[in-house]
Amino acid sequence: MEALIALAIGTLTGCGVYLILRARTFTVVLGLTLLSYGVNLFLFATGRLVIGQPPVISGAPSYADPLPQALVLTAIVIGFAMTAFVIMLSLRARDEFGNDHVDGLDTASDSKGEVT
Amino acid sequence: MAHLAIFPILLPLIVGILLLMLARLPITVQRWVAAACVLLQIGAAVALLAAVSGGDVLVYRLGDWPAPWGIVLVADRLAAWMVLITTLLALPAVVFASGGVDAQDRHFHVLFQMQLFGLAGAFLTGDLFNLFVFFEILLIASYGLALHGGGAARTRAGLHYVVMNLAGSTVFLFAAGLLYAALGSLNLADLATKASKLTPDQLGLARAGGLLLLLVFGLKAALLPLHLWLPRAYAGTSAPVAALFAIMTKVGIYAILRTHTLLFGNAAGELAQLFDPWLLPLALATIVIGTLGAMAAGNLTKLAAYLVLVSVGTLLTGISVGTQGIAAALYYLPHSTFTAALLFLLADAIKRRRPESGNRFATGADLPRHALWGALFFAAAVAAAGLPPLSGFVGKFLILRATPDQPWVWAVILLGALMSVIALARAGSQLFLAATTATLPLQMPDAPVASGAPQTAMQMPVATFSDARELLSIGSLLGLILALTVAAGPAVDFANATALQLANPAFYISAVLTGKP
Repeated sequence: MEALIALAIGTLTGCGVYLILRARTFTVVLGLTLLSYGVNLFLFATGRLVIGQPPVISGAPSYADPLPQALVLTAIVIGFAMTAFVIMLSLRARDEFGNDHVDGLDTASDSKGEVT
Repeated sequence: MAHLAIFPILLPLIVGILLLMLARLPITVQRWVAAACVLLQIGAAVALLAAVSGGDVLVYRLGDWPAPWGIVLVADRLAAWMVLITTLLALPAVVFASGGVDAQDRHFHVLFQMQLFGLAGAFLTGDLFNLFVFFEILLIASYGLALHGGGAARTRAGLHYVVMNLAGSTVFLFAAGLLYAALGSLNLADLATKASKLTPDQLGLARAGGLLLLLVFGLKAALLPLHLWLPRAYAGTSAPVAALFAIMTKVGIYAILRTHTLLFGNAAGELAQLFDPWLLPLALATIVIGTLGAMAAGNLTKLAAYLVLVSVGTLLTGISVGTQGIAAALYYLPHSTFTAALLFLLADAIKRRRPESGNRFATGADLPRHALWGALFFAAAVAAAGLPPLSGFVGKFLILRATPDQPWVWAVILLGALMSVIALARAGSQLFLAATTATLPLQMPDAPVASGAPQTAMQMPVATFSDARELLSIGSLLGLILALTVAAGPAVDFANATALQLANPAFYISAVLTGKP
């Protein structure tokens, strides 16, 4: 299970970082989303991976750590709000630049376009 | 007063929500409510500083949960100092914004109060994950403020700023998760005690988490090589927002200082001085890059933005060289904050008075009342370059005195100061001395003039600007710098006491984990 979780986190984070480095806002937003998925999984794993344990201390000899679950919940809510914001901002940028390049350069029509 | 520590956080939150409900009232009402709230916050910050200046550490347990389990707010000298600087900076910014910028778009004052809410929370919290939450609050408010007023240049700079910071937030979560996995706590004081008892098999995790924290805070502080977002974001936004953002880099510096002394201080065993190999070289490199950028800047706003980088480098240089350096940096911090804000406000005021050339360093028509603006610019330039007699000189002198045997630090700081003087002198001579004699009548442009990009905010009502408020806010920032110069003795004493408190975190830790409020 450790290997699977580690692979999943690594793949999500790797893809996220790759997509963030692209030049179009759409892929950048996708990359940020994948990164936040990766980090949410990672936060779950910080409480150590256990199966079939009670989530609170109830006299049982061991228990699943409840704190990472609270952290993940917070991180999901914040990540959701931030994703909504960055999508709106990307749409506005698309509207104002007339293309979805992160610098507002339309490389297809003008490869030597200058940032004003 | 038992609830004093939470006042600076609750006040802007409540007033921000109130302003959202008052959004349909005339903007004058919103301005008065916002300004009154900032005045109250200054009062609360002064009361907080008075309560902790004797060396006490105020601990506020939210929900009265005992410390490692619940979230605590901790007010020590450093936190109270930072909150006071923030509120003192906010007042000129809100007055300047009331001169007309806030009417260019909706909800300026709501976002402004939310920004203050996030800033106060970040300074006062004693919990690593709570720090992340307050970072997000101040960031999302800053996104709204940075984009306030619209325009293509602003959107482009804002997009970069938002994406950089969202990536940074993810790294922050990775760092907090790693530290929790290695040490089993998120309370800063609890983390500090556990850091010294770290088992060797967790050491790698904890080191990785700690250095990722430095990465995140370095991004917020604009430490080289994570500074690239700053000049365009600061130069692209409106002047009062840029002035308030002068404290944003200081949040990163505060977080570096807090973790550097509390989590990774001398008592941290294997983790002790984790940041040391990185801080000083990167800080000096930041000064070099900032100075070169200032030399190359084509207008006054860009110049001010690069001088922010120089001050970040100078502050982190002080922080990386021990207790004496930290004391010097704590004295220099308010000076550099107020000076950066002053330059941004002046740059905007000058831009509006030179309709055809803005604040670009190009020969243009003379400003109306150019003696007044020239004198104000001269005072700001003296403060920014760190020349005597203003407090910047005292701060830089103290930082140099803390590094008696490091010629590299002396060379970089002194040469940086010299080149800042050259850049500022060139700016002043281009803006004021090389002006043609024909004086144009003062025009009231409704949008930034010099950006050259097509403005899309034309549907907003034409904003009128108020000279009196402009002069009032610029004058009060100069007054703060003067006050810091005149009261240098008590301020330096306080900075020394703060640095000593940071160097001995045992009292902070026991106050959080065992002490009764």
